[in-house]
Order: sequence, then structure tokens, then C-alpha cells
Amino acid sequence: MIEILTGSSLNTIQDFGRPHAMAMGVAQGGGMDRLALSHGNLLLDNPLDAAGIEIVFFPFRVRFHTETSFAVTGAVCPATLDDLKLPRDWAITARPGQTLTLRAPEQGARAYLTFRGGLDVPPVLGARSTDLKGGFGGLEGRALQKGDRLSCLAASTLCLPAAGYGLTRPCPLPHADGTRIRVLPAAEHEVFTPESLKTFHAASWTLTPSANRMGYRLEGQNALKLSRPLSLFSHGILPGTVQVPPAGQPIIQMMDANTCGGYPKIATVIAPDLRLLSQTVVGAPVHFETITRNEAVQIIRQEAADLKRLATEIATLRTQLVF
Amino acid sequence: MTRIHMAGAGGLLLDAANGPFSDTTQRRIWATSRELNTRPDVLQTIPGVNNLLVTFDAVQTDPSAMEELLRTVWTQASAEEVPSREIVVPVVYGGAFGEDLALVARFANLTEEETIDAHMAGRYSVAAIGAMAGFVYLTGLDSRLAIPRRDSPRLRVEEGAVVIGGGHAGMMPCTSPSGWHILGRTDLCLFDAFRPEPGLLRLGDTVRFVRAS
Repeated sequence: MIEILTGSSLNTIQDFGRPHAMAMGVAQGGGMDRLALSHGNLLLDNPLDAAGIEIVFFPFRVRFHTETSFAVTGAVCPATLDDLKLPRDWAITARPGQTLTLRAPEQGARAYLTFRGGLDVPPVLGARSTDLKGGFGGLEGRALQKGDRLSCLAASTLCLPAAGYGLTRPCPLPHADGTRIRVLPAAEHEVFTPESLKTFHAASWTLTPSANRMGYRLEGQNALKLSRPLSLFSHGILPGTVQVPPAGQPIIQMMDANTCGGYPKIATVIAPDLRLLSQTVVGAPVHFETITRNEAVQIIRQEAADLKRLATEIATLRTQLVF
Repeated sequence: MTRIHMAGAGGLLLDAANGPFSDTTQRRIWATSRELNTRPDVLQTIPGVNNLLVTFDAVQTDPSAMEELLRTVWTQASAEEVPSREIVVPVVYGGAFGEDLALVARFANLTEEETIDAHMAGRYSVAAIGAMAGFVYLTGLDSRLAIPRRDSPRLRVEEGAVVIGGGHAGMMPCTSPSGWHILGRTDLCLFDAFRPEPGLLRLGDTVRFVRAS
């Protein structure tokens, strides 16, 4: 049993979301940095998609009422278990009565707090993710509030070294000088003027404060323009879609985005870089780089292979740990 | 001319739109969607208005093979009729519940009563489901009511709002921002994640609006 000590309208329970419910109009949802969530679950020998807490509002504090193994991954944020400082991407077992504090990130924007067994909230439409727009999933379809108590699904006790253990190759996080986002051209790419396409790739875009789980609005010096007016029928859109509304400033659709839209689409961010974007802080520069579909597939397959290898390494390491 | 566009590495958007909305094209979109949903390497299909989004796992599935499959299935798809139910939607029109009725009437050069009658006279068809959970894009709107969406969306449109925009009719399944115009309000529950079938309406269903008694 854990107790949330700090409330906010933004910290939510997330797993891998509801990709199979999109045809009903339900947002895909799920952790914005799915790799960080997966890493936390790997450290705890959980299924990769076990539900944890996505934290974007700091400081965040929880109290453990029972002995609980947990992991903190994602953004680099000073983490203390009572007085013990925890390294980044770290798993450890808390004793009853101990308090975990996560402070504002030094790098990245989202931290993931995962627990042995995964959080025990009822699955809705096949997932435990909180859908804030729909008001379902997670804990009562809402963000976590002070005083909320959560339990974990039953799982065998995890034997961890007393001081815990962690990852030596952490999730990549955005560089301070800007986030490089790789994209594939999308449906209306060719309808933008040549100058606009040049601007899209060459310009330094800034992440505006209008950045939430639904979408990230960017701002640049020059607006993107179409070479002819377009009136599109509503069509399905996926997280990563870079829409350009009439004002000419791009909006990148994130995990809780609407499933259909009607604005012209200049590009789609590849999944590994969408998680990187989700770790980008407001005001930071963002650059787009167009790659080919083959390159994108290679990058995605490499990431999947790396995750598999990490899972094997951790499993092997765990058999060698002697207590 | 049907076009297939990339929607990231694991998505393809088939755009069959050719001028105004076509019912025949839409039935082919549904047929393509149904056929693709039987294929194990298709994660999901999201029918839009005369278009179809298909998703797959690019780690397992070669995108060019999926593109070929999509093209083949689309080419072979027929515009057969789908089973359709009729759903009657009771609406309270105008007043506090339909704040754009006057604006739409002016646009259509009708009185408010004539505007309501035009909205109620339509036999609408659920062409697509999406944007938000349970939102339906209804085709069949009287062309006089084809008012463009608002230049800037309202930040909050209430659940149950009966709306029109961009040539379509719809209803708000939850309170959300929207650029559509509000004609009235219905009490029907359009989406409930906890129902066995969460969405009230299915693709191809016929919708009729009547005055709430």
C-alpha cells in the first residue's frame, strides 16, 4: 500500500494505453515515455506494460505503508528515500513508513515510478491508463491527489541488494541545446510551399507552454504555408502526427490526442523520438530531421532489440545476485 | 484517384476522397476496414470520412508489404450495404442549449424554425467514429446547413451538445473543446466505457433527430 502525499492535476497512472480502442474514438493513451516506463518495470521483473505513475508535477512524495520494491526512471530528478539519495534509473525496496521524494528534474520532464507487481487499479477497455479526457481508467479516471492510496497486484517478493540496483545505460534524454526529432513525411507534406518545407527542417522551433498529454504546440519565426488551400475530410491520426493549423505553427499530437482530425499533416514523428519530445521542457528548441521509412523501421527495430537484450541482461544479473 | 500516405512507420492512411463526400466510397472504406480487421498483422483500422487509417507493428511487419495488402484489399472491396439500425435522438433545440441556432439560421438564410426542421428532416449515416470516444461523424446534413467550423474553437462544449460543422452533424459524447456549431442538446448517453458496448452508435447506423418532448 502506498499513499500519495502531494496532489496535482497532472500526475497519472499509466501503462501502455488502449491502442485497440482507437476505433471507438478512445485515445491511445499510455505512458508518454514508454521506454522509461518499460525500464522501470524491467528492473522490477514486471511485465513491461505494468501500470506505474507518470510524474510531471514536482516535488512528488509518496509514503510506503508496506514493504514495496519500486523503481524511478525517466527524467533525472533528485530522488530520496527518507534521507537516502537514489541514483538515477534505480530500483530499491522501501520499508513500511518510508517516504520517497522526487524533486524537479535536472534533465527531462517526466519521471516514472513503478512498483513490483504493478499498480492494482481496474482495467478499463483493456488498460489501466488514466484517460483524463474520457474520465476513466487509472484511479477513478482522474489525476492522483493527496491522500490517495494505491495497492499493487500480487507478485512474489523481489530480492534486491539492500542499496538497490540500477541501469548503467539510461534512457536517452534531450540535450540542453535542443531535441532532434526524426520524422517521416505525412499526407500533405508535398502541399506545403518549398520555402515552408525548408523552414520546417532548418528552423529552430520552440516548445510552447501549450504542451500536455494531448498535444505539444511549437512556435517558430516563420509560419508554414500551403501552396494551395486544402479542405480535408476528417481522418484518423496517430500520436506523433505533426499537424499545421491555418496559423502555420505546428502541433504535435501526443499520446492522449484525438483519434481523428482535419488539419493538414506535414510529418509524423517516429515513436522513439516522440518519447524524447515528451521529455523536452517548455522553451527548449526542437529541430526536425526527415528520414526514410526504411531508416525509421531500422531505428524502431533496433530499439525493440535493445530492450529485449536489456531484459535478458537484467534477468541474468538477477540470477547472479547473492544476498 | 486513391492515395496511400505514410502515417509514421507503423501507419498508413488511404485517402479515397475525390471531391464531395461519396456514400459508395464510404461503404468501400467500411468493407476494407472489416476485411483488414481479420488480418493478424493489422493492429487496427480507423475509418475516417472517405479515408482509412491502418496501423501495424513495424517491428514485425514490413510497411511496404502492408501497403501492398491495403491496396489489394481496397481494390477488391465492394460497396455493399452494411446492416444498419435506426437510432432516434431527442433534441432540445435552441435557447440556452443551442446558442448557435440563430447564427446558423442567418448563414442558411432560414428562420430558426426552418433551420430546426432542416436538421430534423435529415436521414444521417454514421460515416466515422473518432476524435473523442464515441463521437460520430454524421453524413446527410442538408447542404444549406453546411456552415464551416468556427475560426477558433470553443474551449468547452458540453456533453450532449447537438452540433454541426464542415458539412457534418454530430453530438458531443463528453465535454470538450470544439469548433462545431451548437444547435441543441440531447440526453442520450453516447459513450460509457463501462457498458459492454461502450459506444451507442456503430458505423453505418442511421440517425434521426426529433424534438424532445
